[in-house]
Amino acid sequence: MKDAEYKENRKIATESYRQTVIRRFRKHHLAAVSLGILLFLCGAAILAPVIAPYDPDAMAGPFGGAPCKEFLLGTDQIGRDVLSRLLYATRVSLLVGVMATLISTVIGVILGLIAGYFGGVADMLIMRFTDMVMSFPYILLVLVAASIFKPGLWNIILILGFVDWPGIARLVRGNVLSLRETNFIKGNIVAGMPLRHILFSEILPNTAAPILVYATSVLAISMLDEAALSFLGMGVQPPSASLGNMLNGAQSLTILTSQPWLWIPPGLVIVVLVIAINFVGDALRDALDPNSEKR
Amino acid sequence: MKKEPLIRVENMKKYYPVKGGIIPHTTGCIKAVDGVSFSIMKGETLGLVGESGCGKSTIGRQLVGLETPTEGSIYYKGMNLSEMKKEERRKIRTNLQMVFQDSYSSLNPRKHVFEILAQPMLYHKISTKETVEKDVIKLLDMVGLPTGVLGRYPHEFSGGQRQRISIAKALSLNPEFIVCDEPVSALDVSIQAQILNLLKSLQKELHLTLLFVGHGLGAVNYVSDRIAVMYLGKIVEIGTAEEVFSHPVHPYTRALLEAVPVPDPEAEENERSILQGEVGSSEAPPEGCRFHPRCPYAVEMCGKEEPDMLKTADVGRRASDSAAEIRAAEALAGADGSHYAACPCMVDK
Repeated sequence: MKDAEYKENRKIATESYRQTVIRRFRKHHLAAVSLGILLFLCGAAILAPVIAPYDPDAMAGPFGGAPCKEFLLGTDQIGRDVLSRLLYATRVSLLVGVMATLISTVIGVILGLIAGYFGGVADMLIMRFTDMVMSFPYILLVLVAASIFKPGLWNIILILGFVDWPGIARLVRGNVLSLRETNFIKGNIVAGMPLRHILFSEILPNTAAPILVYATSVLAISMLDEAALSFLGMGVQPPSASLGNMLNGAQSLTILTSQPWLWIPPGLVIVVLVIAINFVGDALRDALDPNSEKR
Repeated sequence: MKKEPLIRVENMKKYYPVKGGIIPHTTGCIKAVDGVSFSIMKGETLGLVGESGCGKSTIGRQLVGLETPTEGSIYYKGMNLSEMKKEERRKIRTNLQMVFQDSYSSLNPRKHVFEILAQPMLYHKISTKETVEKDVIKLLDMVGLPTGVLGRYPHEFSGGQRQRISIAKALSLNPEFIVCDEPVSALDVSIQAQILNLLKSLQKELHLTLLFVGHGLGAVNYVSDRIAVMYLGKIVEIGTAEEVFSHPVHPYTRALLEAVPVPDPEAEENERSILQGEVGSSEAPPEGCRFHPRCPYAVEMCGKEEPDMLKTADVGRRASDSAAEIRAAEALAGADGSHYAACPCMVDK
């Protein structure tokens, strides 16, 4: 039953699915590099408390000081170290992105499975609800929600999680609709297998690859949304740093022109993170597709 | 005492609604299966032939419970399947299994052979964790596959091997009855023979009862004890394989048999009668005898009255008589009354 265990026992000389995926992924050099950058940034974010030179919320130096030996990326308007804040901000942004993606994936997968497999009234209701959420002015919805619930880290995560799922729900539904008609699902129905086996052991693994690919784009989008919200002051609240509220300072023209160390680093980190995630998603799409290369 | 057949189908009908109009509503229905009755004895193979779209696969799907008949009933060992409670039906269901035509889509591409075969057995407690490996290997041995294939995925196999795995999967639950839905029509001819032989020997060994759906007459004849011929949702003729093949009674059966290509370039081509026209619409089948618009022997009467299903065995000797009559009638082309007398559909009236 257990794949790895079984293969160890019998020493079957075939490449496992995982090995195939890794081999195909490595063909995408850009994605491999992106993955490296992503891992580096994640590592830096996770290790922030250890490697940050200063307390991110404490005044440590001159107000608005330019980068120097002591403060590698300078200090902000109230004398906090920009590098330390950047490390913590990346941590917050990644946390928001990953958690929001997890929430929206779970919601999307469950609704998509139900709509696709059962069809009929359930499908109609779920899909109309999905359309409704999709057609709502996105940023406005988030702003309203952020003003009703107190803005803060976990509220942002929940709000983003609850608006990002429609794409995944549609994707899963479409896949389930076509899988439901395949002979192996029918064969399992004939074999009298229970519903949970059919849904979670037969159908879901066959939709895992597109879900994973789509989730990477949701990850990028929710990180951008968090930055946008925080930039507008409705996201993560100061003094906690997030990439968005670090950019907040760039609203003033003097900072834009004379203190570039305040906005270039967080802007760059956002761009690099989003691009890297998208490249990795693209490569995953190719690597996970069982039809892309039949051995 | 009359022996109770393993499967008995009574007046089975399956209609699919057709939606249409600006405000979608049911405008009609496709009569995929329209009043079919037959029975299958334990240990026998019933072949079901007919052209594409005549409803033969629909019958198979209903027998294994993938679809429920619109009307009519299916009896398994004398028990009416549609009247059964859900729990009872679940238990019985494993006794009725199916082998699909397209072997590629009938195996989950994400699971290796061991998982595919072991999971249903474990779920139905046919095998336990300790014995399952032995049981799976036994199954593979039965269908003629080596043990080494256990860890492989479906895409690593050829069509014939995948069909063997599908058969093993159907066998894994120790069924009594298997519907083979065109199991060989997607395979090479040489592989077809292997799979047919495998099915035949498995049937003997395990005392299986088979419904063999197919459109290749040769394959169906090879495995079947009895054959039912379908046309437009109805069985037009049923009888033992030998009788149906040597003394076809219904003109459609005759046309089917004559359409089989003869592998002899010298054979005379002109002796065959090629069927004219198209298959009628299953939404609005022709009135009277469904075959009459294409029947070379049709007379006015055929468009009004619907003949009963022919049982070749019942007609028995008269079948050969009527064949002679038909030939006589052919000589009298154009004469009217003689056609009616000669129509084999009317033989037992």
